[in-house]
Amino acid sequence: MKNKKDLSKFRETVIEKYPNKVAKKRAKGIVNNDPENIPEIQANIRTIPGIITQRGCTYAGCKGVVLGPTRDIVNITHGPIGCGFYSWLTRRNQTTTTSDAEENFITYCFSTDMQDSNIVFGGEEKLKQAVREAVELFNPKAIGIFSTCPVGLIGDDVHKVAEQMMEEYDNKINIFGFSCEGYKGVSQSAGHHIANNQLYKHLIGNDDTVKGSTKYRINMLGEYNIGGDAFEIERIFEKCGIELVATFSGNSTISSFEQAHTADLSLVMCHRSINYVAEMLETSFGIPWIKVNLIGADSTAKALRKIAAYFEDEELIAKVEEVIAEEMKDVEAAREAVLPKTTGKTSMLFVGGSRAHHYQDLFEELGIRTVAAGYEFGHRDDYEGRRVLPSIKIDADSRNIEEITVKRDEKRYKERMTKEKLEEIQKQVDLEYNDYKGLMPQMEKGALVIDDLSHHEMDKLIEMYKPDIFCAGIKEKYVVQKMGVPLKQLHNYDSGGPYAGFKGAINFYNDISMMVSTSIWKEVKAPWEKEEMVQAVYAY
Amino acid sequence: MLLRHTTPKEIDRKALTINPAKTCQPVGAMYAALGLHGCLPHSHGSQGCCSYHRSALTRHFKEPVMAATSSFTEGSSVFGGTANLVQAINTIFTVYEPDVIAAHTTCLSETIGDDMTAIIGKAKDDGMIPEGKHVIFCNTPSYVGTHVTGYANQVSSFVKSFSTATPKKKNVVNLVAGWMEPSDMAEIKRLAKALEARTIMFPDLTGVLDAPMDGKFHMYPQGGTTVEDMKATGDSKFTIGLGPYSTEDACITLENKCKVKFEMVDIPIGLKATDRFIMSLSRHANVPVPDDVTLERGRLVDLVADSAKLLYGRRVALWGDPDTLIPLCEFLVSLDMRPVYAVTGTPGKLFEARMKEILKNVPEAKFKSGERADMFQMHQWIKQEGVDLLIGNTYGKYIARDEDTPFVRFGFPITDRSGHNYMPKTGYQGAANLVVQIIGALLDHEDRTCPEEKIEFQM
Repeated sequence: MKNKKDLSKFRETVIEKYPNKVAKKRAKGIVNNDPENIPEIQANIRTIPGIITQRGCTYAGCKGVVLGPTRDIVNITHGPIGCGFYSWLTRRNQTTTTSDAEENFITYCFSTDMQDSNIVFGGEEKLKQAVREAVELFNPKAIGIFSTCPVGLIGDDVHKVAEQMMEEYDNKINIFGFSCEGYKGVSQSAGHHIANNQLYKHLIGNDDTVKGSTKYRINMLGEYNIGGDAFEIERIFEKCGIELVATFSGNSTISSFEQAHTADLSLVMCHRSINYVAEMLETSFGIPWIKVNLIGADSTAKALRKIAAYFEDEELIAKVEEVIAEEMKDVEAAREAVLPKTTGKTSMLFVGGSRAHHYQDLFEELGIRTVAAGYEFGHRDDYEGRRVLPSIKIDADSRNIEEITVKRDEKRYKERMTKEKLEEIQKQVDLEYNDYKGLMPQMEKGALVIDDLSHHEMDKLIEMYKPDIFCAGIKEKYVVQKMGVPLKQLHNYDSGGPYAGFKGAINFYNDISMMVSTSIWKEVKAPWEKEEMVQAVYAY
Repeated sequence: MLLRHTTPKEIDRKALTINPAKTCQPVGAMYAALGLHGCLPHSHGSQGCCSYHRSALTRHFKEPVMAATSSFTEGSSVFGGTANLVQAINTIFTVYEPDVIAAHTTCLSETIGDDMTAIIGKAKDDGMIPEGKHVIFCNTPSYVGTHVTGYANQVSSFVKSFSTATPKKKNVVNLVAGWMEPSDMAEIKRLAKALEARTIMFPDLTGVLDAPMDGKFHMYPQGGTTVEDMKATGDSKFTIGLGPYSTEDACITLENKCKVKFEMVDIPIGLKATDRFIMSLSRHANVPVPDDVTLERGRLVDLVADSAKLLYGRRVALWGDPDTLIPLCEFLVSLDMRPVYAVTGTPGKLFEARMKEILKNVPEAKFKSGERADMFQMHQWIKQEGVDLLIGNTYGKYIARDEDTPFVRFGFPITDRSGHNYMPKTGYQGAANLVVQIIGALLDHEDRTCPEEKIEFQM
């Protein structure tokens, strides 16, 4: 059976090609898993120059990922034109409004388009003027300013400019900056952290209005509405009668962030990108957070049961069970239909900071084994679980990222639930309160876990183990497919989705079934290349 | 409405660019570098640059786009990127084994003032560059020029690094390809072959970003100008540059370095630009134009004549790069269409001069280039007075939907459709493809929106 190929040979084989120093470093990021005795993996360490990596930069993590999906803020990129251009509509963050009277700036790209004179003489004046023009043309309630590499180097102070501009508009417009220069940190991850800090400092807690139902109020953290995932999640919560106060940040608005502290529970989906906000909401306002995964039908059901258990409300528990039972009918029918095509196949997932974990649930539901997985920008806790947090050494690259100290908000802090009570519930239902167990406990013994997969390693993985399906991003897509292996993009879903929740699971089952049974892969060889040609010669 | 905040009311913007009709230099350098056989582009800057450029090119071509990065950290930004680039060179030659590394700078490495000549010299001294392999570079600060400038700088670096004049000139004409699709380059090579002209094209993206599916991944596909051919360009007797913005600098560099005279022509998009290219090649390669090519031309004229009434007087808005907008607008005028609005973020006086000439009989035309010549500006003009057709990259689809206007995709990037790297827009055949697409877009819209009793069964 091909998926039983010896995965333990991979590391030594793949690092052979590297220069000695590189081999030594890369070896620490490649481990064979053991769910019983979680091995240590190297993660969140700078990529070696020259290695072809999947990773992007801090700006991408900050402007592209976290702030990108919010529709009613004008996000101005302060820098040369490229950064703004590449983060313009490329992440498939969907959003809906009920009418054209509502603001939606996601379709626009705003940039100060810095020129060489701005690099030499400074760009602050141009930035101020850009803010004025944005206000005159768009009249937004909030403006974000995002720093690109040269901004930090020439010493433009985006925070000072933001403050001055707020004063100019009598504090009627909320204007704030992000020091998310691309060279900071080692990947997008630093940008998430920077974005989280500014959300907390400038938005969260600004508005005490309690909107919607006062029962079962939750925040959804680390969900970015790629391909409409948030719409499906919103649908499910609404059906269960759960009030979604704020999503960070799929299909979100500025005012929802401002009211996030009025919720009673935070759900953390992508732990990597948003755990900071979850922690801050708990420290400041007393909102506990639990780890959930809404990718996969069974995992969605599990998440709903966690919420119901937390609120300890019979009515909610009953409602959630009713919804699960109803939704699972269609899910099961769809799953049964594709299982014959998918069962026994193998997958590899190398993507993001949570998706390489979360999507394993969907593959399990399809009977597909994940034989190798890893993150592009995860940290050790995303692999090994938060229990390793105290033992993670902070290196120079991480130390440069601002850590903000959050204190209890004495006026508005409200203990939602005592620690004792939470632990009592935890005994009955595994809430994963304040915890994330990481990717490794879920993966089978011997499976490969590789952090910051390089092109060379990907090439070797496919050559040695040829999975039936490979999951990564756009840069890897056609490389892998040239090798005759279909690639599912888990950043943009190949323009498919949603994949979250119950309906999303059905979409995913159908898309994967389609991908493993697409006919064209059988036509890679021309008929004259497939068969031995019989050559005849005339005999005279 | 997708662009619901765009109104016809213009203000005199001095700082804010909205919905740009350009991007930054390095992506152009990366694209051009892929047109050299056995070359791995290398981005000397933060990881994000390389990642964004690879993603942008991949989304457009639906092909593998390989490139490496110096992976700058805060430390390298303070102390300089020498160590990063030297280590990158060693890693790349050991692991990915290209013949050439084509490094380009970024706004980061330019702002800190990394000296590329010195760093590459150090890598050589340290023994990081194997015998027979090359590391070349170009400076592509993102805060100067645009993606088109970056392309031009990369092409010039090929000349600087490789073109060599030996005492013996050859009866060969260099074709310096401006920023166009692999299919466009293939079509130009096909025409040159039909003329039996001996040519060297550089850069050459055919066989690179239109590679076949054969069950294997080829890090260095079979296409691309070879280093040998690139060296030989110094011995050619003449150079034709296709598109002044993306190739003139390389042509001048080659003339200065190897005394190869050159002529600039437009990228052969449309009837007249193709005519000029064919005449230039015929003259400088000293070959007659064969009947087959005249026949192709005749077929295009026939197609246009048959469709003239559908095109006459139609108002068109365009955005893109000057090297393609200029011949494209000229072609539209020769079809009796009216290119009323055109914007390009790429600066330069030539665009203004050429457009003025081409649009002299379209007095209502508005065109703009350089800073803030963006799609927001163009959309505001459209809000003031609408158009019948949009021609440009995928970012136009929001305007097309809001304004319910037919839309033909052209330029970079086209992320939501495929086939542009297979179907040429250059030469007579490419012009015919364009006319067919334009008519298709206009009539599809007509068929979908006209009163039922007005639906036409024939043209």
